[in-house]
Amino acid sequence: MTMTKTADSSAPAEYDGKFLSVNDLRVQFSTEDGIVKAVDGLSFDLERGKTLGIVGESGSGKSVTNLSILGLHNSKTTEVTGEILMEGEDLLTVKEKRLEHLRGNKMAMIFQDPLTALSPFYTIGRQIMEPYRKHTGASKKDARARAIEMLEKVGIPQPNRRVDDYPHQFSGGMRQRAMIAMALVCDPDLIIADEPTTALDVTVQAQILDLLKELQQEFGSAIIFITHDLGVIANMADDIMVMYGGRAVERGSVSQVLYEPDHPYTWGLLSSMPRLSGDVNEELRAIRGTPPSLLNPPPGCAFNPRCDFADQVAGNKCREVRPDLGEGRAAACHLSADQKQTFFVEHIKPRLG
Amino acid sequence: MLRFLVRRVLGASVILLLISAVTFFLFFAAPGDPALLACGKNCTPDALTIIRENLGLDKSIPHQYWLFLSGIFTGRDFAIGHCDAPCLGVSFNDRTMVWDTIIDRLPVTVSLTVGGLIIFLTLGIGAGLLAAAKKGTMVDKAASSTSLVLSSLQIYFIGPVVLGAVVYSTGWLDAPQYNEFFDGPMAWAAGLLIPWVVMSLIFTAQYTRMTRAMMIEQLQEDHVRTARAKGMGSKYVFFRYAWRGAMVPIVTILGMDLGGMLGGAVVTEMTFGLAGIGRLAVDSVVNVDLPLTMGVMLVGATFILLFNILVDAAYAFIDPRVRLS
Repeated sequence: MTMTKTADSSAPAEYDGKFLSVNDLRVQFSTEDGIVKAVDGLSFDLERGKTLGIVGESGSGKSVTNLSILGLHNSKTTEVTGEILMEGEDLLTVKEKRLEHLRGNKMAMIFQDPLTALSPFYTIGRQIMEPYRKHTGASKKDARARAIEMLEKVGIPQPNRRVDDYPHQFSGGMRQRAMIAMALVCDPDLIIADEPTTALDVTVQAQILDLLKELQQEFGSAIIFITHDLGVIANMADDIMVMYGGRAVERGSVSQVLYEPDHPYTWGLLSSMPRLSGDVNEELRAIRGTPPSLLNPPPGCAFNPRCDFADQVAGNKCREVRPDLGEGRAAACHLSADQKQTFFVEHIKPRLG
Repeated sequence: MLRFLVRRVLGASVILLLISAVTFFLFFAAPGDPALLACGKNCTPDALTIIRENLGLDKSIPHQYWLFLSGIFTGRDFAIGHCDAPCLGVSFNDRTMVWDTIIDRLPVTVSLTVGGLIIFLTLGIGAGLLAAAKKGTMVDKAASSTSLVLSSLQIYFIGPVVLGAVVYSTGWLDAPQYNEFFDGPMAWAAGLLIPWVVMSLIFTAQYTRMTRAMMIEQLQEDHVRTARAKGMGSKYVFFRYAWRGAMVPIVTILGMDLGGMLGGAVVTEMTFGLAGIGRLAVDSVVNVDLPLTMGVMLVGATFILLFNILVDAAYAFIDPRVRLS
């Protein structure tokens, strides 16, 4: 095996278990109104070189999950329990210094809005050089060369000139490229991309996604890709986790979740996507209702107030008992496999076209 | 940058011209005849005419204004001698050169400002940074509540209280007075200590509150979170990222405060019996002394405009987005 990290002496040199394993993660904020359960018992695994797509509405806990992996939550108001194991090391119990060492080095984050996420006060070059110098101890000259190399890699023209530009001198797509260069400058093993293309127009979006895939192939990094855009996820991910109300409601490979979805919420998400071949006058199908309050989530299945099929389950189970998400390919729903199959084929599939 | 400066200086000159014109004509619009005042109780019409001639009040108002303006650039001749450019005229009241009087009083105001500035910037920004870093703790609560109380104080209230407590009733310190810095820095500092401290109490409180608020806002910014996500240390993020962003509004307020203070801290000077520019401004108005009023007004306005330009230049230095291309 090749060792890409030299500064990383305390981690085991060879680790043959899962690369990233999140077990029963719970994140709670105390607010004046009570305790918000932003993430409530989430578990997932991720291997190197693979991409996990996390889909869900705003407030479903996607971003919170990933901020807690990096330890960027506010530790004064947030309580995080469970395990986040990266190469066997629990990121929730390590010291802040160790986290600082890992951030930007072994795990990096690409944020949604590159305009606000980059500091307006420093040049692009400086912002790329900072983590590189900190984590590798490189000289200013070497770091600058590295920054130029990274800018070139992400497709910024004239990188040796643009390296001295400030973020406001870059266009939106270029800024996101610079942000990716900044995240990848230390060859991280884990990249968390939090809606990295939401702020960009569609053509630029496609370029950025291609770029991320290319870089993943080159570096062999694991990617967690957060989005609410199913089209993007189909393009990017190997596996998908659908989140709702702070919990995972469905998990599976891209083709399983997108083509044989098993959860009414996923059905709703897929039905709400406009079809390119559809009629112009066809109305878009929104999932009725609003996302659940995390302060006071509905009893039973969190999705039951919005679910069209809650009455199909015997008794009042959907409103009383919370369905569990099984291992592997699974959906947290009380409907039987036969019911799901029937409803999907009869009601949902025709809408997807 | 040069073009920016030239443009700003030209703009400032126009403003100064307008201020001088408005002041000049307002002076004559206001009641009170300086000649009558100078003439005294048993004033004969002949004596009044001579005084008017001496003061230059026999000429038309626009003519007088022209003489005043041109004097600034070319100098003027008076009965008491030649007044070199920049000549602001001769005081109606004590027949001295206005320029000389202002130059004489300026060190008092500058000393007051600089000393106070050093104290309130250090303490105010220091306490504000500390409160922001320890937000929600006892340190923050103590700093926030103390500064809230202090910032609602007024110099004319707290000044006499402090003077009464440490000077008049106990004799711990001497009454404030101005000693030349170059005659002995210790005596200079000792004489101004009370005004500095009292003035700083209020300004420190304001800067603490402002710094704390700006830092808390900045610490929640996305780019600060990005810096943390890169693994930068918390001190580095605090100072290089958050503080950098918090500086812009603080510099703005500081520029306004400094311009105002150098133009004459009237209340502070009156409270502590210091003869600076502020005191001079009040005296000139009370004595219906046109040239002195004009002089003080222009000097004060110049300071304010100067600091405005300095603040804008500082923006460009702090924030690359404002840098003129």
